Amino acid sequence: MTSPVSSPHDAPDAVADPAVAQATSVATPDVVIVGGGPSGLRAAADLAPLVAGAVLVLEREAVAGGIPRHSDHPGYGIRDMGTFISGPHYARILRERAAAAGAVIMTDATVTDWAGPRSLNVTTPTGRIRVDARAVVLATGARERPRPARLIPGDRSHGVYTTGHLQNVVHLKHREVGKRAVIVGSELVSWSAAMTLHHVGCRTVLMTTEYPSSDSYWLFNRPGRIFFRTRVATRTKVTAILGRPDVEAVEIEDLDTGNRRTVACDTVILTGDWIPDNELARAAGIALDPQSRGPLVDSAFRTTIPGVFSIGNVVHPVDTADIAALDGAAVARHVRAYLNGARPTDQGVEIRTEAPFRWVSPHLVRPGDPAPARNRLLLWTDRYIAAPLITATQDGRTVGRKRVWWPAAPGRVFRVPSKILDRMDTNGGPVTIAAERSTRHR
Amino acid sequence: MSSTPTTSSGGRAGAPGEFFDVVVIGAGIVGSAIARKLSGYRLSVALLEARDDVGEGTSKANTAILHTGFDAKPGTLESRMVREGYRLLGDYAKVTGIPVERTGAILVAWDEEQLAALPGLQDKANQNGYHHTEVIGADQVYAALPHIGAGALGGLTVPGESIICTWTTNFALATDAVQRGTTLLLNRWVSAVDVGAETTVLKTSGGDVTGRWVVNAAGLGGDNLDQLFRFDRFHITPRRGELLVFDKQARPLVDKIVLPVPTARGKGVLVSPTVYGNVMLGPTAEDLTDRTNTGTSEAGMTFLVDKGKQLCPQLLEEEVTATYAGLRAASDSPDYVIDVDPAKRYVLAGGIRSTGLTAGMAVAEYIDGLVRDTGLLELVDRDDLPAPPTMPNIGEAFLRPYQDAARIAADPAYGKIVCFCERVTAGEIRDTFCSPLPPHSVEGLRRRTRAQNGRCQGFFCGAEVSELLTSRGAAAGTAGPVPATATAAQEVQA
Repeated sequence: MTSPVSSPHDAPDAVADPAVAQATSVATPDVVIVGGGPSGLRAAADLAPLVAGAVLVLEREAVAGGIPRHSDHPGYGIRDMGTFISGPHYARILRERAAAAGAVIMTDATVTDWAGPRSLNVTTPTGRIRVDARAVVLATGARERPRPARLIPGDRSHGVYTTGHLQNVVHLKHREVGKRAVIVGSELVSWSAAMTLHHVGCRTVLMTTEYPSSDSYWLFNRPGRIFFRTRVATRTKVTAILGRPDVEAVEIEDLDTGNRRTVACDTVILTGDWIPDNELARAAGIALDPQSRGPLVDSAFRTTIPGVFSIGNVVHPVDTADIAALDGAAVARHVRAYLNGARPTDQGVEIRTEAPFRWVSPHLVRPGDPAPARNRLLLWTDRYIAAPLITATQDGRTVGRKRVWWPAAPGRVFRVPSKILDRMDTNGGPVTIAAERSTRHR
Repeated sequence: MSSTPTTSSGGRAGAPGEFFDVVVIGAGIVGSAIARKLSGYRLSVALLEARDDVGEGTSKANTAILHTGFDAKPGTLESRMVREGYRLLGDYAKVTGIPVERTGAILVAWDEEQLAALPGLQDKANQNGYHHTEVIGADQVYAALPHIGAGALGGLTVPGESIICTWTTNFALATDAVQRGTTLLLNRWVSAVDVGAETTVLKTSGGDVTGRWVVNAAGLGGDNLDQLFRFDRFHITPRRGELLVFDKQARPLVDKIVLPVPTARGKGVLVSPTVYGNVMLGPTAEDLTDRTNTGTSEAGMTFLVDKGKQLCPQLLEEEVTATYAGLRAASDSPDYVIDVDPAKRYVLAGGIRSTGLTAGMAVAEYIDGLVRDTGLLELVDRDDLPAPPTMPNIGEAFLRPYQDAARIAADPAYGKIVCFCERVTAGEIRDTFCSPLPPHSVEGLRRRTRAQNGRCQGFFCGAEVSELLTSRGAAAGTAGPVPATATAAQEVQA
């Protein structure tokens, strides 16, 4: 279900008063990109040569690069650079390419609120700045839900981290955590956390997932378990964290039997369960996908506000860094077209999903627009389906049907060739993407 | 945790283990207010705290409401203390910069029994000296609170009920006390009491402390301490109250405090905005035996989620950014137990429930009067009192450093945001380590600055905040060299 809804609260923050914020200087780039992660930096690199004015990237961290900065293990750059390098190395190349292309990367620059439809208030150590741009690209990424958002009860113990927090501690601050960890989740990012823990001498004693099978690539499931000496407990939920002041154990429940037991550990890593950093999008009144909570975009990454685009994992929380970066490559010509005065038609076919798919991106395909980035629709599934048969239905008619030879697996984006939409009626009703039910389950 | 008791530079008091005119036990809001009041006289005052920071008990985890006292039991000391404290703290907040928002409250009736109770509550408010309530119909309830759940039948407005920062309140009172010369002694658990003819020796986890007078403001431990003085006047049951705090994006849903109508079946759950721009749902009420168990429970969370779905369904679509549990000092006494024993030179401020946030300063005034009336302690005004402290603002309704262009221009550290969710700057973190009450833990840093209190709970800033705790804000103070790219704004302008 991805029917477009307007943001629940269009009014700006009721208590903060932007009138108090007197900017000390004003920047007027052609394009401002909010967020210097893979998608934002790649967009900057590809846009800078295409537009006459400046391309400005606003990055709130001290160093641009996004999450790869602190994911110090190989696996980055596969689809966008044809490499297999570490996250920090990958982040450095993205930074260098954006700068070499002429984009300006401003770090320690936090966008705090909107000053107008394409105008932003920014706090930096050099002052309070207003950025009046002709086009805005929101590339704010996503974060993992922390413990409160997951409503995990128990003691307020020290030693509970998200993967992002863990990797900041280990790879950027070179500090240690405990010795025995339980990882909640068994997605790709969960194995990234396991690698970080291994690096710092903390053994992963258990990985838990509520799904019936591990959610990451097959590659990890046998070799990964052996290498990290880790057991994956499927259909298992963490029901409490115990220990004061430090973690001593987690209580886990077998979802099929209801049995509970405790597992001794001194570290808990909460992985995955991504939520887009959608604050700016929402504050602007951009329509969000009610399921992913990310901005709704069409196949050109246009949001519901003219001149405001959104790319990367804030739109599809979360796909791998290379896919996010390729959004950045794809959005460049659409932003340039906008700057040159091109405006999209009001028409378009809405793309929806049906269970077990939670959301699809893009949500709108307009007549005359190009295919989505990489000719792929991105979906999120709540159930594992091996080699699913995917259907596209419009106005009661099947307009596309395709078996894909890769699984739809919870915990990572499921990609479907956008060719499945080739025969849809561009003037017709919404298209629903579904999985045919006869497919076997693992 | 290393214990580095903060001692005043006033030089009025003796070193730890030495003699004080007055020893106040418990550095919560009530104890801090009492120490502040008494150190306004020519007295040496010590403030003893069992934990590593002030306000570590009920004072840090309550619903953070500045109460008018409209619903107190008329004629009680609590009613009077809350009424007087409301005014005193309101004034003090203005002077010191404690964040307060005058949101007002509406008690919402969800069934006929509750609706029928509203006129009685209005009478009670009038008896408590609060005359501004108004019984309103369902349409007026929804006009004021358009996002609450279906089924409201009517309400009672209490326009004076306000939200306040309970942390800053405690820090302001304790800072004021310390600046007036109070010696704050942290990590001092009182294990035994020896009342002598002239002085009382307190055996503590950090050595003996001797005082002529002792004030018991020990909150959750107040009854046990009272027994050390050979009294048996009241008994405390730690009552756990769990709360859910929702993302700032929920703030437009709830603009006023939505109070339940108390009935025979209990006090119910409230929904309230917070001064940090969030929305809070709770509390539960569960009697425990462990006075240190501030863990959360599955049952409590389930209860609150269900309750929230009725009270404000859209709220539950928002992210929960914090869950916490506070222990209220539920007493078997129906009223505050505030008394002075001239023979033992001992004052009890006991049985003070969560209303103590509002009442604390009035309790201090009241105790001042009780002690004065004994004629045993000379209360001579000082003519050298320092001005009250100006507290760093951590409330959303007032200008925060990250928004303050002039302040950033004067000191770039206020433009370096460390905690993105709560927009806490390196300058604020540096300042708090230079304050009279520097933090000793991440929790202490969080309560002083809001760092890491936001929706990411440390995903982005957790490692940085820990490092700043280790360096006592040092790295933050310098703000680092400004990267070459950061000056590019001017280029872009050109």
